[in-house]
Amino acid sequence: MAKHITSGTLHNSFDRRSVVLGALQGGVGLLLATRMGYIALAQNAHYTLMAESNRVSLTLIPPRRGWILDRLGQPIASNRADFRVDLIPERLIDVNRTIDELGPLLALTAIQIQDIKDKLDAAHGFQPVELATHLDWEKFAAVSVRTPDLPGVQPERGFARQYPTGPSVGHLVGYVGPASAKEYAREKNPLLITPGFKIGKDGLEKRYDAELRGVPGARRVEVTASGRIVRDLETRDDIPGDPIKLTIHGGLQDYAARRIGPESAAVVVIDCHTGDILTMCSMPSFDPNSFSDGIGRLEWKMLAEDDHVPLRNKVLHGLFPPGSTVKPTVALSFLEAGLDPGEATVCTGGLRVGNRVFHCWNHHGHGRVDMLKGIYQSCDVYFYHFAQAMGMDVIAAMMRRIGYGHSFPLPFSSQSFGTVPDPAWKQRKYHKDWAIYDTVNATIGQGYMLVNPLQQAVAASRLASGKMLMPRLMANDPAPPIAPLGVKQEHLDLIHAAMNEVVNGRGTAGKARIPIPGVQMAGKTGTAQVVGLNVGNGKGGSWKNRDHGHFICFAPFDAPRYACAVLVQHGGGSGAAYPIARDVMTYLFDQQKAWDVLLPMEAGWGGTPQQRMAAKYASYAAQYGPNVPKVPDADQAVQQVEAADASAGNAPSPIESTAAAPAPEPPAETPTIATPGNTLPPTALAPNPPTTPNPPPRL
Amino acid sequence: MSRSVIPDPLRRLPWRVLIPLTALVLFGSTVLYSAAGQHLWPWAAMHVIHYLAFLIAAVAVSRLSRETYMRAAYPLYGVLVALLVLVEAVGRIGGGSQRWLNLGVMTLQPSELMKPVIVLVLARFYGSLPPALSSSWRALLPAAALMALPAALVIVQPDLGTALAICFGAVVVIFLAGVPVWWFIGGGLAASIIAPLAYFFVLHDYQRKRVTVFMDPEADMLGSGYHIMQSKIAIGSGGLLGKGLGNGTQSHLQYLPEAHTDFVFATMAEEWGFVGGVFVLLVFFLIFRWGLAVANRAPDRFSRLLAAGMVTTIFFYMAINLMMVMGLAPVVGIPLPFMSHGGSSMMTNMLCIGTIMAVDRWSGRSRMTSG
Repeated sequence: MAKHITSGTLHNSFDRRSVVLGALQGGVGLLLATRMGYIALAQNAHYTLMAESNRVSLTLIPPRRGWILDRLGQPIASNRADFRVDLIPERLIDVNRTIDELGPLLALTAIQIQDIKDKLDAAHGFQPVELATHLDWEKFAAVSVRTPDLPGVQPERGFARQYPTGPSVGHLVGYVGPASAKEYAREKNPLLITPGFKIGKDGLEKRYDAELRGVPGARRVEVTASGRIVRDLETRDDIPGDPIKLTIHGGLQDYAARRIGPESAAVVVIDCHTGDILTMCSMPSFDPNSFSDGIGRLEWKMLAEDDHVPLRNKVLHGLFPPGSTVKPTVALSFLEAGLDPGEATVCTGGLRVGNRVFHCWNHHGHGRVDMLKGIYQSCDVYFYHFAQAMGMDVIAAMMRRIGYGHSFPLPFSSQSFGTVPDPAWKQRKYHKDWAIYDTVNATIGQGYMLVNPLQQAVAASRLASGKMLMPRLMANDPAPPIAPLGVKQEHLDLIHAAMNEVVNGRGTAGKARIPIPGVQMAGKTGTAQVVGLNVGNGKGGSWKNRDHGHFICFAPFDAPRYACAVLVQHGGGSGAAYPIARDVMTYLFDQQKAWDVLLPMEAGWGGTPQQRMAAKYASYAAQYGPNVPKVPDADQAVQQVEAADASAGNAPSPIESTAAAPAPEPPAETPTIATPGNTLPPTALAPNPPTTPNPPPRL
Repeated sequence: MSRSVIPDPLRRLPWRVLIPLTALVLFGSTVLYSAAGQHLWPWAAMHVIHYLAFLIAAVAVSRLSRETYMRAAYPLYGVLVALLVLVEAVGRIGGGSQRWLNLGVMTLQPSELMKPVIVLVLARFYGSLPPALSSSWRALLPAAALMALPAALVIVQPDLGTALAICFGAVVVIFLAGVPVWWFIGGGLAASIIAPLAYFFVLHDYQRKRVTVFMDPEADMLGSGYHIMQSKIAIGSGGLLGKGLGNGTQSHLQYLPEAHTDFVFATMAEEWGFVGGVFVLLVFFLIFRWGLAVANRAPDRFSRLLAAGMVTTIFFYMAINLMMVMGLAPVVGIPLPFMSHGGSSMMTNMLCIGTIMAVDRWSGRSRMTSG
């Protein structure tokens, strides 16, 4: 079938086919030339741009963060020059080898290395991870010369946030930290993944992040594919963030925080002329300096295991029964409702209402008690008696007017607003009628009544000034107009006199006198029970079962300038609170005297809060080393502590059902205070009825 | 021609191809000099040394007689197949893939040598096949077997690029040998069925990825698509005249992978632009035109097929490499002849050139090449 093939036909076939082959090859050549022309000529602009964006890298220079200043212009948060080293996870080739190499160079401990590995686990892509900060020049130089062999390691000279007074301002200003992946996803700003740049993570640092942040500088550099910088092309300086000025008195804030010592306490000081918050501290606290470097496992464990809850800002998120500190306000409501302050009742140590007896804290009785004595002796029976006559609505309205039961326009993400109970509130909340024991509880600051220390300080400032002072924190915000409180001056004078008597006369806080000639401080003690007397007497035993100590005060009593509230959580009574208030107020008039008191005490406590935290960290490090579970997500966890506090504060408290709150047994020392002029032992303060749901009623 | 002081053997060398070829090698060396940051070492000088060494080898093989070639074809093929098996065995024992045999003084890649030798052995086969059998199965099956054996051995290494080069050279020789065209049409149809099947069942993951990335390089900018993308950026940003010697940022800042080997054309194009690219294509055109002309005037079937096959082998290298760097083909590790740094590739290509020179000599027309 096949035609006969000869060598000749094959030659012809070869010729034809080689022409085809040549043509094909020529075609491919033309195709390649065309393709190259298309890429190099037609799309030249496009690819030139891409080559430029490859070659030139725009490095952002993190802007210096705006300072946070106190009312005198002293820095509460500032910046300092810093040598740091970051890791860029995307560029790391061998994480463990890199860290092993850098560890000895930077003298990193096993604990630090573990914390760095935790951070690396959580980081993605180009999100930088802080390896070390605050390096000295030798270490920094040692890393810098090795960077060509260590891809992904970036030594940098920049600025770091610094809080000169550390833990004293932790809750007030918050802290800063590198942006998390979530924050970066939200903002999509390349500045957020620039090594050395930190954003506000909590408190004022977070709230005023936009103002404080500033405008980044930029550096155009030529980089290789592996990120090594070949040369600088152009640099633009950063514009530092705006400073923010607070009404806080930095020195006082620090003093108050240190004066609290080992207690779990809060101090708020307000200027009675303007409402300026001079001090707002909650201790124990965290050190924002160390938080800003990242929260390590050990540090987290240390804070999480502390029953004093250092992560909780008690000023804003704490909720406490205020105890007898409400009595001046309750008395003021009586006066405004027309009660004659001279009208008296007789205290025999208890008051029978119907078939129940409500006890006074002093079982021996106060004898004949008028309003003045009712306040300075903190007589419960006086208030039980007249509260029934005046009615809860009168009391509740004055409580709200004086500052309890609401939050204030302050730049914090949340505040507890507490509870000022009244019949309508109870009906709304529990669908139950108001009962006599509810009034009894409320007048002595127990039961449903819950406040935070800020509200107590506001109440003290309003009682002192007779003005509707609004607490103010931002010094450059326009001052709100100050309305009068709308109560008669003579009524205020009487309350002031009674509160002066508490400290400087026959009252419950004689030791609170301030050592400044010509300046008298007026105040009111409060002791709030935490557990029923069947559990403990509130003075000793388990820390958690001890009474809260309160003290509100202002000075000078005849021309109020400063108001202060102190809370000592589980302090065992107001005796823990008023010495702090006394010294803090002393500081405002004579700083030297105040330091003279504090420094010896601090020596006994083991140093400043920073020193104590360092010592505790060292002992934790010795005890646990790196064998501590991982921190979930510390920034988130810090916020969760706060959120939990806020929701707990605003959630309904358990209903006070059938149980009234009978007066507690008085502490052994209390009889002595009935005698005018006696100096009181510190624990002999006004104890109050318990608030636990079911203490045994006494009839 | 003119009587000259130049000795006769030298005068009879095919200068028509050697001059453009030398120009291309020197141009490649310039590019390598720039890629090394204006240094002769380690690449530029070595490149010229390789060229000169293998030029001597090429001239040497061009002096061999047609009979020597004929005689050597099957033994050479057999030795190389044996070496391929040996490489595979050594690799298995060493655990992992291996393409090299370490001979102490140098490393030998048998698959590389197989590219010209497959052409030689098939030319030998068809050269002695009676013309009458050209359209019978006896023209195809042994040839197919000769091709399939080394191709299979190379594919399992795994080295897809070289296996394709071997097949391409072989298929072109079979085509030129005059077997019926419809076999190729049928073969093409079969390939279009087998190719997708091979993609899913034969290719390794990394090879499959190269193919998918080739289809859509931007989809994987930071992974395998990176190479193609960076290469296109280098060529595209070169423009008409290029950025100038030593100014190529893509190569100097290491964005371009393998800037001195597989992607040397992109390195060149960035600094010399479209003009440089046209020069390279032109030189290749001259080489291929010369090669095909030699084939066409060759005295017999064996010589014709041999020369045309050698041209095809070089052409395949060039075409696949350039298509790869311009984003028209997947990334396969095939260097650009005479420009990429590397002795192995230079050796293969210069042996091809030497073989074409030999065919040229057999035609007895070498005197014409000087003019």
